[in-house]
Formats: sequence, structure tokens, C-alpha cells
Amino acid sequence: MSLYILCLVLFAIGLYCLLVKKNLIKKIVGLGITEYAVNLFFILLGYTRGGEAPILSKDTPITNFVDPLPQALILTSIVIGLGVTALMVAITVRIYEKYRTFDINEIRRLRG
Amino acid sequence: MLPIFVIIPLGGAFLIPILAKYRQGLAQLTANLCAGLLLFFSLCSISWLKTGIKIYYIGGWRPPFGICMVLDGLTVLMLLVVNLIGALALVYSIDYIKKYTSTYLYYTLFCLLLAGLNGIVISGDLFNLFVFLEITSIASYSLIAFGAEAEELEAAFKYLVLGSVADTLILLAIGMLLGSVSTLNMADISRSLSNSTSVNLIKYSTALFIIGFGLKTALVPLHAWLPDAHPAAPAPMSAMLSGVVIKIVGVYALVRVIFNIIGFNQLLSSVFIWLGIISMSVGVLLAIGQWDFKRLLAYHSISQIGYVVFAIGLGTPLGIAAGLFHLFNHSLFKSLLFLNSGAVEYSTGTRRLEKLGGLYQSMPVTSATSLVASFSIAGIPPFCGFWSKLMIIIAAFAANNIIGAVVCILVAMVTLASFLKVQKYAFMRKAEEAGSGIKEVPVFMKISMLCLALLCILIGLFFVPFVDTIIKPAAAVLLEGTNYAKSVLGV
Repeated sequence: MSLYILCLVLFAIGLYCLLVKKNLIKKIVGLGITEYAVNLFFILLGYTRGGEAPILSKDTPITNFVDPLPQALILTSIVIGLGVTALMVAITVRIYEKYRTFDINEIRRLRG
Repeated sequence: MLPIFVIIPLGGAFLIPILAKYRQGLAQLTANLCAGLLLFFSLCSISWLKTGIKIYYIGGWRPPFGICMVLDGLTVLMLLVVNLIGALALVYSIDYIKKYTSTYLYYTLFCLLLAGLNGIVISGDLFNLFVFLEITSIASYSLIAFGAEAEELEAAFKYLVLGSVADTLILLAIGMLLGSVSTLNMADISRSLSNSTSVNLIKYSTALFIIGFGLKTALVPLHAWLPDAHPAAPAPMSAMLSGVVIKIVGVYALVRVIFNIIGFNQLLSSVFIWLGIISMSVGVLLAIGQWDFKRLLAYHSISQIGYVVFAIGLGTPLGIAAGLFHLFNHSLFKSLLFLNSGAVEYSTGTRRLEKLGGLYQSMPVTSATSLVASFSIAGIPPFCGFWSKLMIIIAAFAANNIIGAVVCILVAMVTLASFLKVQKYAFMRKAEEAGSGIKEVPVFMKISMLCLALLCILIGLFFVPFVDTIIKPAAAVLLEGTNYAKSVLGV
């Protein structure tokens, strides 16, 4: 249980960083932390203490195995996270070229 | 036959950059061909539905183990919305997008967007839905930033941050459901949840789903990104974003999860109703003061989506049908209005209403179609928006929700006032300086706008057969609630 709570604390730190920090680069780091907290949460769902790899064989039946489904999902989720982060970095570079700053308070041309 | 809805646009997105190396014109040809085929197949899917719901098992694996694709009434309605607006927006793009460079990238991203939207609609697996959601999101972030000017990049970054928060919340909610029932197939989750013991986990995941999809729908406390993001995109993309993306990614995914997987109840009904009421009133009040044509339309999108969520939240058969009908109508007239605003910007170079004027002489097609769309959104009788708003108001009175019904009527009046302002400033009044250089837009933009205006009028005139053939089966899917599991699994 304490592992799940720590995982949610990590999620909250990432969300705080993403929403409150004024620097675009820090926001990107915050998004990374949030994504990895969720990925960790998925891995924890499938985890069992002392579990083995779930490979079926006739000779040695495995009784205590790790759930492979969340791990397969997380591989997809990591790749998606990479795509989103890359896009975010690319947009940040272009924003820096236009505004000459990473400070969100100075990037305010849209109003109303 | 069901995977074609994903295969065609994905294949198109793959081919376009390769073909564009040889000749630039092939890119738009391929994209339009894909969209045309998709529109044809989604019209066919109406008749496929006559023999009951269709299920495709990917790789032949049956539901609890494999991923399946499901075609039911709601799916057919949403496929029609996506592919109709997608095809017309692409026809419009042929002329409009010429002012940008690297147009083949625009068509590639547009095809990816169509693939993601069709995938969300047709998928029967919760994690698969999430993956398609991400494809849609990434394509729409990049299309908003497509102009790469300062404002567009700023809007795209804002949308990216809030969109990613929504995506992580949705993924967390999916994780919680996976943790409590150990399955990802929607029908199987729904069946397992009915005899599950972890009630608290289901409550948390429901709350996370509402916040996550609510952010994507831009319901009012979560709407901050929409008025920046939608006007920043190129006009056909704005039409897609306001007309289709917020409905599929937001409303469709939300109601599918809430009605068919978790199960609708009294508490959720009041949450939907109040979110809807707040969205429609705040959205329209913020819209009155706007002078930027596209920004005004973006605020009206928030308000109109409020109507849809309110009506579906009533939970009665009439309410759900009215909400889905309004969703379809809104996709028609809001896309048309965004295309009109794009045409105005294309010809005059500005979107500020106070700088425009007298366009009904120089741009007759644009002003006539925008008049049709404005009457539709404001709810003037023979046009399509009137019938769906009337149905929503009757449904609210029938469900004894007097506050909601009164708010619906008041918001409709304010909407009318707001669009009279648009008509007066942009089209009707005399231009102060002689607008001699202003010409009507090229032919493909005209065709696309005329088609949408014609559909607005036709659906307004023949709304009874339309509601019977398309809307009723869609509402029936939501009404059967968690019995969805039985019809998909065939138990």
C-alpha cells in the first residue's frame, strides 16, 4: 500500500511542476515525472513479491507469476510519452525563437 | 470490414509524404480520396447495422483476451460526423491551404487525425481507445501549431500542457479499472464491474474519467485552452476541432465510458446537468464581448457542447436523443461557421469584426451560407438547430428540470443576439472604406460551404426521418446502459 501512496505522491509532484512552474523547460520535466508516475502505477498493479516470468512450460508449472499485461501496456505508453515530449520540446524551441524567453508570464499575446 | 475505418487513413498518412516527393498535387489527391472512401463506407455502415451490431475480432481472439472493434448505433452516428466533416474540410483545404508551405505535412497530419478519431469511435477496448486518443491529440497539437507563428505556438503549447494532463488522468483511471477487474475489454469490464467489490476504486476512476474527458471537451471550469487553441489553427482544422474533435474525444468517449461501462445513476446525472448548465451559460456570456470572429465561435462551441452534455445528462430517452441530435447539428453548423470565418480571413486578411463590413455584396456565397449557419445555431425555425434545441427544451420540461429548460431558452436568445452582431458587422452594414479589392473565395471553398449549408437546411426540413434512422439507434445504445456487455459478448 505504501508503494501506491508514494507513487501518487510522485504523480502529485509532477502535476504541481507541470501546472505551477513558470518555465517551459520545467513544465516539460513535470510532464515527464507525471507520465512515469502513471507508468509505475501500472507496473505495481501487475507486481507480485518474488514473482517469476509468466512463460508456460509443461515440466515446471509456475504458480506465482508477474502479470505481463500492464508491462505490455506500459511499453506503448512510454512510446506515446516520447512522442508527446518530442513535440513539446519542438514547440518550445520555436516559441523561444519567436519570444526570446522561456518565461510563461512574458508569453502572453492571447487574451480574452 | 470494420478495420478499414482505421486502415484507409493510416495508409493514406503513410503514402502522402512518399507521393509528395514526386508531385505536390498527389498529396491532396490522396487525402481527398481517403476521406471520400471513408465517407462512402460510413454511409454504408448505416445499412450494415440493419442486421444487428457488428463485431470484428482482431487476429481472431475472442473478447476477454483479444481486442475487438464494435459497430453499433452510436458508432455509426459518430463515424458519420467524423467522416462527413473530415471530407468537406479536406475539399475546402485544397484552395485554403495553398498559402502555407510544406502542405503535404498538413495532409499527412489530417489523415492521422482521421485515423485516430475513427479508431476512438470503433474500438471496443479501453486501452486501445486511449492509444487512438493519443494519436488524435498529437495530430491536433501539431495542426494547431501548423502556421508556426507566435500566437499559434503559444496556443498549441497551452493545449499540449492541459491535454497531456487530461491524458495522464484518463490513463490513471484506466489503470484503476484494470486494477479492480483485471481486464481491458469494455464489455468485459462492464460485466465484471457489476459483481465487483471494490466500490471506492470505481468511484475514483469515474471522477478521473469525468475530469479527464471534461478537459478534452472543455466543460466550463476546464475550458481555458479552447478559446486560444481553436482560433489558432488553419480554418479547416478549426472546423475539425470544434465540429468533431471535442465531440469524439470528449463527449463520445465520456458517454461511452459512463453509460456503457460504469453505469449511469442519479448522482452522475446531476453532475452532467450542472456541468452542462454552467458551460452553456458561461460560454455564451464570454462570447458576447468578443470581436475576433473565430474566438467568438470558439466560445459558442463551449456553450453548445453545454447543451449536449445537459441533454444527455437528463438520462431520459428523449433527452439522450435530443443531445445526440444537437451534437450532429452542431458539427454541421459550427464547421460551416469556421469555414466561413476562414473564407472571410482569406479574402480580407482580418478576423476583427469591427474592421469588416459590406461583405454580402463582395462575397455572396460566404455571406449566404453564414446566414444559414447563424440561423441554425441561434435556433430559427426551419433550420436544423431549431429542432434539436426544441427537443432539448421539451425533454428538460418533461424531466421536471425547470431551471435547465429556462437556462436553455435564455442562452438561445443570447446566442441569437451574438450572431446578429456577427451578421451586422461582418456582412450587412456598409463598409466604411470602399472594399473594392475583396473577391469571393475560390471554387472548392465555395463547394464545401454550400454542401454544409444545404445539409443544414435539408436536415431541418426532413428531421423526422433523420432522427428515426440515425439518432434513435444511437440513443438506444446509451439507453441500454450496461446491457451493452451482453450484446457485445453475446452471453
